[in-house]
Amino acid sequence: MNEQDLRGLVSEVRGGRLSRRSFVQRMAALGLTAPMAAAMLTHGGAALAATSADAAYKPAKAGGGGPLKLLFWQGPTLLNGHFSTGTKDVEGSRIFYEPLAGWDSDGNLVPVLATEIPSVDNGQLAADGRSVTWKLKPGVKWHDGKPFTADDLVFTWEFAKDPAAACVTVATYSDIKVTKLDDLSVRVDFAGPTPFWADAFVGRNGMILPKHVYGDYMGAKSREAPANLMPIGTGPYRCVEFRPADTVRGERFVDYHKPNRPYFDSIELKGGGDAVSAARAVLQTGDYDFGWNLQVEDEVLKRLEDGGKGRIDTVFGNYCEFLYLNATDPNKEVDGEKSSLKTQHPAFSDPAVLKAMNLLVDRKSISDFIYGRTGKPASNVVNGPARYTSPNTHYAFDIAAANKLLDDAGWAKGSDGIRAKNGYRMHFLFQTSINGPRQKTQAIIKQAASKAGIEIELKSVPASVFFAGDPGNTDTDSHFYADMEEYANQATTPDAADWMTQYVSTQASQKSNKWSGQNNSRYHSAEFDDLFNKAKVELDPVKRAAMFIKMNDLVVSANVLPIIQRGSVAGVGNKLHAVRSGWDNDMWAVSDWWKDA
Amino acid sequence: MGAYLTRRLLIAIPSLLGISLILFVVLALAPGDPFSELATNPSVPPEVRMALRAKFGLDDPVMFRYWHWLVAMAGGDWGFSFQSRTDVAALILGRVPTTLFVVGSSQVLALVVAVPVGIVAAVRPYSLFDKVANTLAFAGFSLPTFFTGILFILVFSIQLHWLPFVYDADIQATGFQWYWLHVKQAIMPVCVLGFFQAASYTRYVRSAVLDVARLDYVTTARAKGLADSTVTLRHIARNGLIPVVTLVALQMPAVFGGAIVTEQIFRVPGIGALLINAMLSNDTPVVMAVTFVFACLVVLFNLIADLLYGWLDPRISFG
Repeated sequence: MNEQDLRGLVSEVRGGRLSRRSFVQRMAALGLTAPMAAAMLTHGGAALAATSADAAYKPAKAGGGGPLKLLFWQGPTLLNGHFSTGTKDVEGSRIFYEPLAGWDSDGNLVPVLATEIPSVDNGQLAADGRSVTWKLKPGVKWHDGKPFTADDLVFTWEFAKDPAAACVTVATYSDIKVTKLDDLSVRVDFAGPTPFWADAFVGRNGMILPKHVYGDYMGAKSREAPANLMPIGTGPYRCVEFRPADTVRGERFVDYHKPNRPYFDSIELKGGGDAVSAARAVLQTGDYDFGWNLQVEDEVLKRLEDGGKGRIDTVFGNYCEFLYLNATDPNKEVDGEKSSLKTQHPAFSDPAVLKAMNLLVDRKSISDFIYGRTGKPASNVVNGPARYTSPNTHYAFDIAAANKLLDDAGWAKGSDGIRAKNGYRMHFLFQTSINGPRQKTQAIIKQAASKAGIEIELKSVPASVFFAGDPGNTDTDSHFYADMEEYANQATTPDAADWMTQYVSTQASQKSNKWSGQNNSRYHSAEFDDLFNKAKVELDPVKRAAMFIKMNDLVVSANVLPIIQRGSVAGVGNKLHAVRSGWDNDMWAVSDWWKDA
Repeated sequence: MGAYLTRRLLIAIPSLLGISLILFVVLALAPGDPFSELATNPSVPPEVRMALRAKFGLDDPVMFRYWHWLVAMAGGDWGFSFQSRTDVAALILGRVPTTLFVVGSSQVLALVVAVPVGIVAAVRPYSLFDKVANTLAFAGFSLPTFFTGILFILVFSIQLHWLPFVYDADIQATGFQWYWLHVKQAIMPVCVLGFFQAASYTRYVRSAVLDVARLDYVTTARAKGLADSTVTLRHIARNGLIPVVTLVALQMPAVFGGAIVTEQIFRVPGIGALLINAMLSNDTPVVMAVTFVFACLVVLFNLIADLLYGWLDPRISFG
């Protein structure tokens, strides 16, 4: 794949000398998938035809749809997206607050409160990548009737970046500067060239707060703001009642800014209970229209779907179940810590062992028998959007090949059938959190490994301990006092830069950072670090995409084994049309939801 | 009596302090972080999580935090929830009505079933009625509520479609319809809790009444030619039920504490559900407040039970 050629083709399409169709065909010849080629065009500046939910939206007027009933097995505990510690709160807030733009299911930006998406072509994106200008939709009103203006954006920025307010979005807003240009436009200035400019005011971190409501509650006083429990936003529904962790109720906002929306007269979000009975209430009895995050085994879901009242809807983002092979030695203590960066794993430092381990993971069986429709085999760490997904990787399950690799590398079987080399016996401790599918995955991997002369000891830790990041507890994923561990990670934006932080050597979890670094696998590669730093400032989208693909290929050939790309599963009533996206919250386009009469 | 009351109240203070200290230390030592969900979010840098912990005082020494909590509690401030960013008192008070309604009704149901059944079973021991009642009582308290709850849902909601299995505390209806919907959705949780409680009450009432039924004064009453019902109600039940009154008084804190399992199954937004959610998300101020209020109620109702006992049975005097 030559970047020079690629860019040449992209500019030919833009100049009209080459049709989109033949561009895609040529890309296919290069081994690039069609969606990837199309995405390259978008990011090379050639816009795609508008293929949004607009076309599918049938209702000819707002209202008249009755109530929309949502069931969440965890109810939101607060309704300010900037304070939410969990997804459930972001979802609840998103019904009432809106960002300038959201991410659709292909990982593309869709304007919400903005008139259009900034680009270099429309002049809103600075060529040097140091600023972006957003134009706001005119005539948008807050739920209390006050107009929505640029002042609200400047205010949201000031509110979120204030450390005293303790917003979880503080990192998004602290390094930027927001200036009001006029009532309906703002400029966001970055500290340096920033290829990923769509973070502030976009998606789940971008919910805009009303200045006239929150103005008196800056900083430490923000905890007293009545609007934390009774939001006033610009969203399609107006909050009427909120009971923390139980019920959120809204009614149709008559002055909503999108025409003919929303369809429903009211919205009701009920929280609490468990995922299985939530699935039951949507799929089997039809008491609810929508069931959020149904992390239930596919077999059970299929049985409930036989009830005939609803179906499951799975959307894919970058949500992946990983098997990490420890790059460091979990059995040797150095300076008061195990898995120290000063050590090397006696087996996983051997590339042949890494390859063999990869061949021993039966991804297809794990996908077929455990995750069903809710997951698919993965061979990449970046599983979307198409523009960043590597076409160069593949997965295989081959015990014979693994055995051969190990034999050739000098790992000879001992009298007990377990391989050993230089006095190190292949006995690996494999830890994960307590979670049905994960324990089954552990068993599948253990069984395959035993056929290759590798002994695996399984360990499962309660999720509340495993993920707690407690510096005093060695059973956490970040201490990684084991040879192998499995868990899932989910990207919150389609841009892969944040995601790649998990593999940068400076982020390695260790005693000196109280095990708070994001790189738990302790993967380290100078080449990767270099690419990572370059991608942070690379403004050319095509070149940057190629960098991410290269980084992906580096990581998956080492000690990071993607297993399953997981979908976000929701239960949807038969008549409901729910516009969902794997790259944003389930509620990102709740204004576009409608139901067959 | 006055001196007794004062003494008991004074004893309550150190025991409550002890309880609160133990609760606080156990919660502080328990693994978990209220902001742990942020740790798995790649777009939130670890520094943000650290800053939040510092901001909410999670990194301070335990004794220091305990002292802060104690001073605030003494001043009527129940704490500030990490998850909801609101006062804990508001969260708890918001859930009191539903809890009282559901758990209170179940206690009433339990008594309405247990007292007559227990008395009749005791008056005619080893009769067919007694045997059936005994068998049901054993079955009743052997079956855990999570089992009966799901069984009820499968039968009455899924198969028969009679009752809803998602509790809605905020019904949008008026007049008769509002009452009817509330009753309808409460039937299953109230029955599950009520029958479970009734089973053990029945056993208790039976044995208490049985003790009295064999005493000489009952024989005397019968010899006087009093009607059977008068003997049972006025002579046996009245004296036999004194220990039951104590038992019920001691159960009252549970009415406020809610029922964790049943509330979770039926999605009843009660205090039990609040407590379990707070525990799962490591929202220590909420857990602390709920458990401490519960401890206070236990101490208070113990005192009330003792006082009631003395009032009902004049042979007991408070010295």
